[in-house]
Amino acid sequence: MSETSAQPAHVHAPAQGFLWKYVFSLDHKVIGKQYFALALVAVFTGMFLSWLMRIHLVWPAAKIPGLELMSKAGAPGGVMTPEYYLSLLTMHGTLMVFFVLTNAPFAAFGNYFLPIQIGAEDMAFPRFNMMSFWLTFLAWVVLMLAFVIPDGPPIAGWTEYTPLSAIGKDAGPGMQWGASLWGISIAIFCAASLLGALNFIATTLDLRAKGMTLMRMPLCTWAWFITSCIALLAFAVLLPACILLILDRHAGTSFYIPAGLVASDRLQPHSGGSPLLWQHLFWFFGHPEVYIAILPSMGIVSHILINSMRKPLLSAKVVIYSMMSIGFLSYMVWGHHMFLSGMNPMSALAFSFPTLTITIPATILTLMWLGSLYGANIQVNSASLFALGFISMFVSGGVSGFFLAQPSIDIYLHATYFVVGHFHMVMGVASLFGVFAGTYFWFPKMTGRYMNEGLGKLHFWITFIGTYCIFMPFHYLGLIGNIRRYQSFVDDFMAPYIPLHRFITIAALVTGAAQFLFLYNLIHSRFWGKPAPENPWNATSLEWTIPSPPPWNNFGDKHPVVYHDPYQYGVKGSGGDFVMQDSPEPISGGD
Amino acid sequence: MGKLLGVVLVIIALVSAYPILKNQYPLPEDISTHGHLIDEQLHDTMVEAGISFIGAQLVLAYFVWSFTGRKPGSPLKNFPGGARVLVIFAFVIVGLEVLALGAFGQKAWASVYFTPAKADSLQIQAQAEQFAFYFRYAGPDGKFGQIHPEKIDEGNQNYFGLDPENDVAARDDIVSGELVVPENREIHLMLHGKDVGHSFYVRELRIQQDFVPGLDLSVHFTATKPGKYEIVCTQLCGLGHYNMKAYLNVMSQADYDNWFKQQSAQ
Repeated sequence: MSETSAQPAHVHAPAQGFLWKYVFSLDHKVIGKQYFALALVAVFTGMFLSWLMRIHLVWPAAKIPGLELMSKAGAPGGVMTPEYYLSLLTMHGTLMVFFVLTNAPFAAFGNYFLPIQIGAEDMAFPRFNMMSFWLTFLAWVVLMLAFVIPDGPPIAGWTEYTPLSAIGKDAGPGMQWGASLWGISIAIFCAASLLGALNFIATTLDLRAKGMTLMRMPLCTWAWFITSCIALLAFAVLLPACILLILDRHAGTSFYIPAGLVASDRLQPHSGGSPLLWQHLFWFFGHPEVYIAILPSMGIVSHILINSMRKPLLSAKVVIYSMMSIGFLSYMVWGHHMFLSGMNPMSALAFSFPTLTITIPATILTLMWLGSLYGANIQVNSASLFALGFISMFVSGGVSGFFLAQPSIDIYLHATYFVVGHFHMVMGVASLFGVFAGTYFWFPKMTGRYMNEGLGKLHFWITFIGTYCIFMPFHYLGLIGNIRRYQSFVDDFMAPYIPLHRFITIAALVTGAAQFLFLYNLIHSRFWGKPAPENPWNATSLEWTIPSPPPWNNFGDKHPVVYHDPYQYGVKGSGGDFVMQDSPEPISGGD
Repeated sequence: MGKLLGVVLVIIALVSAYPILKNQYPLPEDISTHGHLIDEQLHDTMVEAGISFIGAQLVLAYFVWSFTGRKPGSPLKNFPGGARVLVIFAFVIVGLEVLALGAFGQKAWASVYFTPAKADSLQIQAQAEQFAFYFRYAGPDGKFGQIHPEKIDEGNQNYFGLDPENDVAARDDIVSGELVVPENREIHLMLHGKDVGHSFYVRELRIQQDFVPGLDLSVHFTATKPGKYEIVCTQLCGLGHYNMKAYLNVMSQADYDNWFKQQSAQ
């Protein structure tokens, strides 16, 4: 069944000793799990911060017991101050966007499964791979340091707009050292992501097993591959942008600071820079980042849906080309974050059109998923529920993009809760649904044990309904003109809407609490879950041809050979209604 | 459980869209001459987005309802027409939608940004700083004094850094914490940022524009209804951001003239 292919000998020997096996491991699977663990810590931290913010928004005077331990100045006696609200907001956004939405669907699952799905023994550059995780870890440590320094975390939001973020302590609390830590952390993160992206690209292009043509790669591998191409270009711009920011802050340069600024009654010693430069560089990264978060989940969801439907998608090619066009277009649209920033109003039209055009590949993807459901035998389990929930969430978050893509409507909706609802649904929750689906689906492969299905389904229902209760009302609040990034609603017209905000807070608390079910399920099943066989879902791709958990070199001493497309479901195979990729048996009516 | 998901999806779609179906999404009253263009564009988009949203959720619900829990071995079917029909549908329908929204939407944008302010519009300078707005009128001589950032002195209420001793034009400049404008007259608002980024947003005016330090931008609008409206800052500008607001006071021309005379006399 397997024969020796043109692959090199083992890229590295099995690790010996705890330190090399579990900490500084070269094994892509261990590194994948490390990314997953870091994302898990970050997501619970980020969620906890959002709880604090939601509570403060609707009960501003609430005493939160123990909060003063987090920051004496930020929460004297347990009551949050306005500046601490902004600190939490900044940290919530930064943790979620970088350390969760980039790490979990892309770095964690990509690391673990991309090499296995293409039949490789490891990543192309295992040492770079280890380095990219530990740099990411370092970036996280540097960011978290902002919580413990006396100055506190920065208050300029996750976008760190200049000159607020560039002029240092005159800009307010947290902007002296907190903002520097932010800049250093993100710069390190960029370097780590660049290494990771290069590694993914080299691995996909060079280490495919015999017979694994590009078009035979599973859709999630395609998604990770396209995402790494996007990441390579996006982080390559954010990295120098952060370095310039650090230089402005500490070396007296003025890349982002114009002349004549007076902050805290002090004429700022800068001249010649432009705040718009930061916005352009940041969003040139920032918009592709949205697709870095969502594309891997699209791939994961496609992979899982096909397995649950027991039939292939209507056209895998169309899905691949759609993901590619999304990746390509993602570089032409950054200006839609800046319609009102004072750039030439003519360019708003140039940015609006490609933004609206992204709707076409996004619609095609949605129609491919929907159309494929027709006539399927959908198996319902935690993984497929989250995959189906992803489609619903992606549509809901996607249609509000229609509004924001148009500069004229953006005049009214920019910086309102409408925007917050939009991106939380489409890049936050939808992407996380992909991660949840992936976790329930691949957990048996990663650990050799099932996760608890009952708990998984309960987790799905609370999360699915809960997120709609949180983020749908955001759109209506935006339509009435509710501004984001306000720590308190001092505007008179907001009074009638405070009860709606209370409802959202309660929904956020309940939905957040449900995530502990997931955490419990994860930890409990790791040790005491029902043992799972090698291929529990009757799936076809290469990760299901090896033991669970896979040995250190994935395929043992054999090199897999691939004979089929990745999704031979609904055919007559020796094992049932499917034929595995590495099985040489012919397929009646297949490829 | 698949059937339950179908039902839940229908409920979510209907409850989410209920306020839109009832046409009850409460945009604040529009008091500008151009705002109706934005509102109409928003309404058209609501119809298109609403149909896409409800359509997709209901189809998803129907398929989930129909194709879960089928008897094992039930025959698989393919969507009639396959991928080709769906791709053509997306290109034609969504493509037309994109073209329509893209083309018609520009009218509203153009009315705000592509037409220059009229020659006889009333020029007012707005300055944003942590955490207040100030508005400057040229005074009876119709000329603004020069801004000298080094002369800014909050304690002395010299918010703009004017130099009345040496600058004749600055002597009669009127500085106000409230944006007072006459109704039905075009206002040409010139935006000046003193410290960090801010934004000028009046919901009822359907106007929002960033203040970018180092870049003097302007917007123009005509307010049509007397009253007091909130001006809020929508660009995160520091710890007092949430509390950075001022009022737009729209008056009849006669009331405005009186106000202007009073201010000049001070």
